[in-house]
Amino acid sequence: MAKFNVNGTMVEVAVPDDTPLLWAIREQIGLTGTKYGCGVAQCGACTVHIDGVATRSCSLPVSAVTPEMKIVTIEGLSPDGRHPLQQAWIKHEVPQCGFCQSGMLMAAAALLQSNPKPTEADIASEMTNICRCGTYNKVKAAILDVAGSGAMGRG
Amino acid sequence: MTLASPETGLNPSRRSLLAGSAAAAGAFSFGFSIPFAGEAAAQGTTSEVNAWVVIHPDDTVVIRIARSEMGQGTLTGLAQLVAEELNCDWAKVTTEYPTPGQNLARNRVWGNFSTGGSRGIRESHDYVRKGGAAARMMLVEAAAGEWKVPVAECSAEKGVITHKSSGRSLRYGQVAAAAAKLEPPKDVALKDPKDWTIAGKPLARLDTADKTNGKKIYGMDLKMPGMLNAAIKDCPVFGGKVKSFDAAAIRTMPGVKHVLPVGDSAVAVVADFWWQAKTALDALPIVWDEGEHAKVSSEGIAAWLKEGLDAPEAVVGNQNGDAKGAIASAARKIEAVYSYPFQNHATMETMNATARYTPERCEVWTPTQNGEAALAAASEASGLPLAKCEAYKIDLGGGFGRRGAVHDWVRQVVLIAKQVPGTPIKLIWSREEDMTHGRYHPVTQCKLTGALDKDGNLAGLHMRISGQSIVAGIFPQNIQNGRDPVVFQGLNASGPEASIGYTIPNLLIDHAMRNPHVPPGFWRGVNLNQNAIYLECFMDELAHAAGKDPLEFRRALMKNHPKHLAVLNAAAEKAEWGKPLPEGVHRGICQTMGFGSYVAAVAEVSVSAEGKLKIHRIVAATDCGHAVNPAQIERQVEGSFVYGLSAALHGECTVKDGRIVETNFDSYNVLRMDEMPPVETVIVASGGFWGGVGEPTIAVAAPAVLNAIFAATGKRVRSLPLKNADLRKA
Ligand code: FES
Ligand code: FES
Repeated sequence: MAKFNVNGTMVEVAVPDDTPLLWAIREQIGLTGTKYGCGVAQCGACTVHIDGVATRSCSLPVSAVTPEMKIVTIEGLSPDGRHPLQQAWIKHEVPQCGFCQSGMLMAAAALLQSNPKPTEADIASEMTNICRCGTYNKVKAAILDVAGSGAMGRG
Repeated sequence: MTLASPETGLNPSRRSLLAGSAAAAGAFSFGFSIPFAGEAAAQGTTSEVNAWVVIHPDDTVVIRIARSEMGQGTLTGLAQLVAEELNCDWAKVTTEYPTPGQNLARNRVWGNFSTGGSRGIRESHDYVRKGGAAARMMLVEAAAGEWKVPVAECSAEKGVITHKSSGRSLRYGQVAAAAAKLEPPKDVALKDPKDWTIAGKPLARLDTADKTNGKKIYGMDLKMPGMLNAAIKDCPVFGGKVKSFDAAAIRTMPGVKHVLPVGDSAVAVVADFWWQAKTALDALPIVWDEGEHAKVSSEGIAAWLKEGLDAPEAVVGNQNGDAKGAIASAARKIEAVYSYPFQNHATMETMNATARYTPERCEVWTPTQNGEAALAAASEASGLPLAKCEAYKIDLGGGFGRRGAVHDWVRQVVLIAKQVPGTPIKLIWSREEDMTHGRYHPVTQCKLTGALDKDGNLAGLHMRISGQSIVAGIFPQNIQNGRDPVVFQGLNASGPEASIGYTIPNLLIDHAMRNPHVPPGFWRGVNLNQNAIYLECFMDELAHAAGKDPLEFRRALMKNHPKHLAVLNAAAEKAEWGKPLPEGVHRGICQTMGFGSYVAAVAEVSVSAEGKLKIHRIVAATDCGHAVNPAQIERQVEGSFVYGLSAALHGECTVKDGRIVETNFDSYNVLRMDEMPPVETVIVASGGFWGGVGEPTIAVAAPAVLNAIFAATGKRVRSLPLKNADLRKA
């Protein structure tokens, strides 16, 4: 039985120790906003925050997660879907199919948390998530917009 | 209305939720609604004015969309076209998908469901607009009837019908029920596109918000009461079979419910949770009968294709004059051989479907580019007639052609569900399964031989394509006299779909078909991808050999092709072709035509002393005739370059021992943000025709970059992907 703090709520899941956190989140906890894209830490579709750090949950066994760690998924990024990045994503119409976008948003939110004024080069080197539809330039524009607006600092 | 699915009791499974978790961030409200389920049935006063338009008493307009939304924006674009003619209030528009079964039951009133070949809008604009216009006419007629005034005295704007002289007005919601009872009009006139106020505008997509908060449900996210999860392994060698598997070895692993054969080539494990199913499947001892292709390798395939480059037998795709004669008597003969590898679609969401089978009915929920093909696959695999099957379309986490013509995963899930009657089964392919059981971009090679006269003019060209035919692989019955027309995409003598943009006095384009055992598929851009590389890079080679500017060399051959030329000029102009660039930065240019649109691109690149490529800028011009939503076109063009450059830089599926070697994104890399250039899109909407936008610009990505690389380094890369090429200066 593993115990987690997900989006501020304690949950318990009965899974073997080596179950990836991603599948515990999707199947046991039932939060399907976090996506499976590769399972080998390549694509970032499964990105969640663990104590504020962007983490690829497909490659983290539940045994490595302790009850003290704060896990945040896309569903918990903001209470009402109005995190500055979520608003910018809508304003710039970033998503195409949208499948990669939970991971993109979580990676971007962690980036701005640690580096509120990233340069274009910072964004390009930090955002290594895959988007097959090709939204990269819109993702970049939306992040720069939020960084420039100072919205992250006000929160 | 009888559109509701009888028993789509898609309530969330709460089986997996433990006490205390239900408060987590409101995430447990699974706001998933099945198309039509309940909605229409529950509101008795909702009116279907016609097949395309449903209006609620509160004036909400539901526009029915037959094509699939996979990120390309067709849902919004098609809704714009209907709404334009309907004269409704865009703010009140929502959409829904009719199911393939309903289409069948109603004599295919919604037409074709297929969403591929960049056809979503260009093939259905006429009848969907007529649907909107007819509904408007009926609504106006209903209001006029209510007022007992002539229809001609009434007009409709933004969902309100007005009788001018008396100043009376009625909202669509108030007259929809009466309108629905009227006879549909026979003559329906459409607006002149220049009068559009909704269509043709860069409106925001209708489906963005849920893609930013985790609420959007993809096929992979479906939950149903009592549902079990399946993982599958198909024989790694295409055409092989399962010899045996030892189910007993994994039967006691956590969650495992069933270990099942799927057809004669695959095995599935069904478990409570997918991760359990996958873990058990990985531990399952399976003996394969790898069959006759177990020794095939990329090298062997390449050698076979190479033989086809000079084979005496070939099917002619385009011919005029005497190319061979012109080449024999040429002042100079230029020759080059190009090749293009297998590519996997690598949709972000792997193949998946959920099915429930009973002897009376088979239902499938799946992301698909063609709901009717999914329905047909369900019927075939279940053995039940079409009328006893239904397919529900779920928005796709990427399609790119993989989820269109072939529904192998639907067949699989039904074969599994058939062995567990009554239980919904969700099948998800692992990325490894998805990478190794794709429907691959076909492989071809091309030998180009050009004849230059003494003034450096192109006197003749022979283009011999050798290699795979998608049509032979998927619709062999459509191969006539050995000819696959798709192989000649972008090279046709004429026609509104994909014609060559040059007049060459002596021309021969032919194809020697060579079909390896690796199954081909329609991969976004299709054969235009490699054909544009072959022809446009070779044009560059010819221009160089003739000592001419590549743009001028092309222009001289394009006088009879004004649309091709206009779009090439638009790209060149925007990119300021000919103007000096910063030290070390070089340009490449190209053009082609496909999917009914004319496209051209200019790439600016530099190559470091170590041979590292940097793409600084892309300018892409596209003439798709009518531009239904410029903002979405721009996004499609930008996305096209990600797709095209992914293939050019990294994409390659190789074959060893009959199977695909690359199993995940670590060995099949794709373009990421650090390699993504800025893309400037020029929309040349010349009007008068309807071209596609999802695919054509993919084809100009690679040749523009390859030609720029030559300008930068003097090196011709004729075999993709670029990751295999040494780009250090020659
Ligand atoms: S699913 Fe975790 S990185 Fe791809
Ligand atoms: S939006 Fe489709 S994969 Fe990124």
